[in-house]
Amino acid sequence: MSDSSPDKPTSPNFDAALDFRSGWSYSEAPESSDYIELDENYGHYIDGRFVQPSKGRYLESINPATEKSLAKIADGTGEDVDAAVKAAGKAFKSKWSGLPGRERGKYIYRIARMIQEYARELAVLESMDGGKPIRESRDVDIPLTAAHFFYYAGWADKLEYAFPGRKAEPLGVCGQIIPWNFPMLMLAWKIAPALATGNTVVLKPAETTSLTALRFAEICSDAGLPDGVINIVTGAGQTGSNLVNHPDIDKIAFTGSTEVGKIIQKSLAGSGKRYTLELGGKGANIIFEDAAIEQAVEGVINAIFFNQGHVCCAGSRLLVQESIADLFISRLKDRMETLIVGDPLDKNTDIGAINSKAQYDRILNYLEIGVEEGAAIYQTQAELPKSGYFCRPTLFTDVGQSNRIVNEEIFGPVLTIQTFRTPDEAVEKANNTPYGLSGGVWTDKGSKIFQTGRALRAGVIWSNTFNKFDPTSPFGGYKESGVGREGGLHGLYPYVHLTS
Amino acid sequence: MADRVDVLKTYKTYVGGAFPRSESGRTYKVYGKNDQLLANACRCSRKDIRDAVEASRAAFSGWKSLSAHHRGQILYRISEMLEGRKEQFVEELIKSGISKKQSRMEVDAAIDRFIYFAGWTDKYAQIYGSINPVASDHFNFSYPEPIGILAVIPPETSRLIGPVSMIAPAIAGGNTLVMLASQTHPLAAITLGEVLHVSDLPAGVVNILSGYRDELIPVLTSHMDVNAIWNSVEKQEVMKQIDENAALNIKRVVHTEQDDWLDPRHENPYSIVQFQEIKTTWHPSGY
Repeated sequence: MSDSSPDKPTSPNFDAALDFRSGWSYSEAPESSDYIELDENYGHYIDGRFVQPSKGRYLESINPATEKSLAKIADGTGEDVDAAVKAAGKAFKSKWSGLPGRERGKYIYRIARMIQEYARELAVLESMDGGKPIRESRDVDIPLTAAHFFYYAGWADKLEYAFPGRKAEPLGVCGQIIPWNFPMLMLAWKIAPALATGNTVVLKPAETTSLTALRFAEICSDAGLPDGVINIVTGAGQTGSNLVNHPDIDKIAFTGSTEVGKIIQKSLAGSGKRYTLELGGKGANIIFEDAAIEQAVEGVINAIFFNQGHVCCAGSRLLVQESIADLFISRLKDRMETLIVGDPLDKNTDIGAINSKAQYDRILNYLEIGVEEGAAIYQTQAELPKSGYFCRPTLFTDVGQSNRIVNEEIFGPVLTIQTFRTPDEAVEKANNTPYGLSGGVWTDKGSKIFQTGRALRAGVIWSNTFNKFDPTSPFGGYKESGVGREGGLHGLYPYVHLTS
Repeated sequence: MADRVDVLKTYKTYVGGAFPRSESGRTYKVYGKNDQLLANACRCSRKDIRDAVEASRAAFSGWKSLSAHHRGQILYRISEMLEGRKEQFVEELIKSGISKKQSRMEVDAAIDRFIYFAGWTDKYAQIYGSINPVASDHFNFSYPEPIGILAVIPPETSRLIGPVSMIAPAIAGGNTLVMLASQTHPLAAITLGEVLHVSDLPAGVVNILSGYRDELIPVLTSHMDVNAIWNSVEKQEVMKQIDENAALNIKRVVHTEQDDWLDPRHENPYSIVQFQEIKTTWHPSGY
């Protein structure tokens, strides 16, 4: 503001934004990746060994931060899936289901320990293959993966205490299909409870992020896990469909989009196969006027920008009470400006690469839709690397309940902001969605937390926190966000047949 | 003196705490022993299903928010009311073609089953909820919450104990429901609506329709505001159709085997828990 202005404010800092960026520069802090050894081609892991795909077709696994190929992975055919299911069926009957729980548990403990031993390598590989910041793969994904195996290992010989009045029996062969956002962690969520309850597994990782699953197969071998107990078949949607429709599968566990979840549920109709689905979300993050603002800002950042927003339970709809909306949004923008978008292997990076070209295009399309619908877009000034798929942290304001960007899961670093006046209005807006996976509540008042939390129709409620995960904590959705729970005692149910 | 002429009952539906006739204006004949005409039951339509689902959605938030103790009181009240009308139900079952002894057993079991589930309302959350010892500074707990609106399809053959064995656990867990009575033997289930109505059960918690099942099952199971389906029709093509309709909006489906509904095996908390969602709440602990 110039001196000639008639409205000169008394404070010289009246319009100063919090500026964390200028004056600060970060030296590069790359995690070393030169010791990661990758083969040129990877086959499937079936019956305890790596085998070439039956038709000899391969898919490229691209590093989304460089757009360069890391390795080729087998494109699984119906024959490959069949071989894997047969191996799993044989292993179930001849070895695994008859093994005492205590011994099963010891194998799972071994796996947990070996994941810890390979933790750094797995974290680096996860970041290279999937684009997530090394800080997250190192501090979240891989430690939680190991912890998940460790937790379920302990259940293997204690199942008689888990289901009052009932005896638990394994189901048989479980077909498991996992997404690309948390490749190792989702593998653990699927495999650990299945093994603990005495089932055998055919797992299909996502085609863009299969490399850590293949490394995991080597760990299973090293751990001496009997052949055929775990089988890993790589490939894309058709491979998954072959797995879902294989007649000798007893249970399907799927994590992915609601769209594909519906297709799977429909294809399982009349088959009698059990299934669990962990699907999409459009989580509401509710900020009440009595919340601790700075903590809530941090929480919102974590809720939507963690893992580039590739999180099914992301807090992608911010609902902020009208009385503090202007202040809150301005603080949020200040904080967003500090986020570093860039090399996933750099320890300073907050937001890594968008997982694939397809997902990158999808996010950009939603940004266009948002603007076309009349919403106000705000993107940070973050510098983006020259190559690779990167997206700036993005906010949309001036949005209504009927906007597509408010209704549909974008699965990227894109937040919509709506306001509300009363708690009832917040709950009404939060629940006005076919999804029901997660919700956030920020307030200093305990009773408000419980009342709001109870009113939200969602499987996971984070109160004054967001995006926290633990092996002991059940996770899963209401409504179109899925069927069943993963994690904790409740995560055992999908893998057992209960008899009286 | 001339014999007194009996007053026959018009069997209607039970929707939203009222007893409307079908919107279709149509009925079909219900026969008992020796093909004796018992009544004209409502042949419900797509619109009746929509009204019933709407009524159960309207009732859901109030019913789930009622205290567990209060829900238990109401389920117990249902038993009391059923006990008082025991003879009416026994007679209705006998007319429908069941032996006197069997009818008595069935009504007794129905009364006891409501009492059994009345006692669960304030206990299952303690057994099937959990406090989760997470490895961070958070207090983390999980508890069961009702899944929402249930489509209940009781067996075609069981007149009373089948419907009761499905209604009791469903509402004990805080769900609301739309039930399709047996097509050939709907009368006892329809009369049950009268008992529910005088038991302080809020309007719309249980809605009971009669009609042609091949017309109603597809409509009810594909309704986008139904959250779960509890089916005990064992025909493969019906089960497949139900599963496919469920996939429209990820409804939870439980197919229950048709068997002896008098068996006390049907009294267990798992029939409540199967229609519960587990909600997990994280709360940081610190100063």
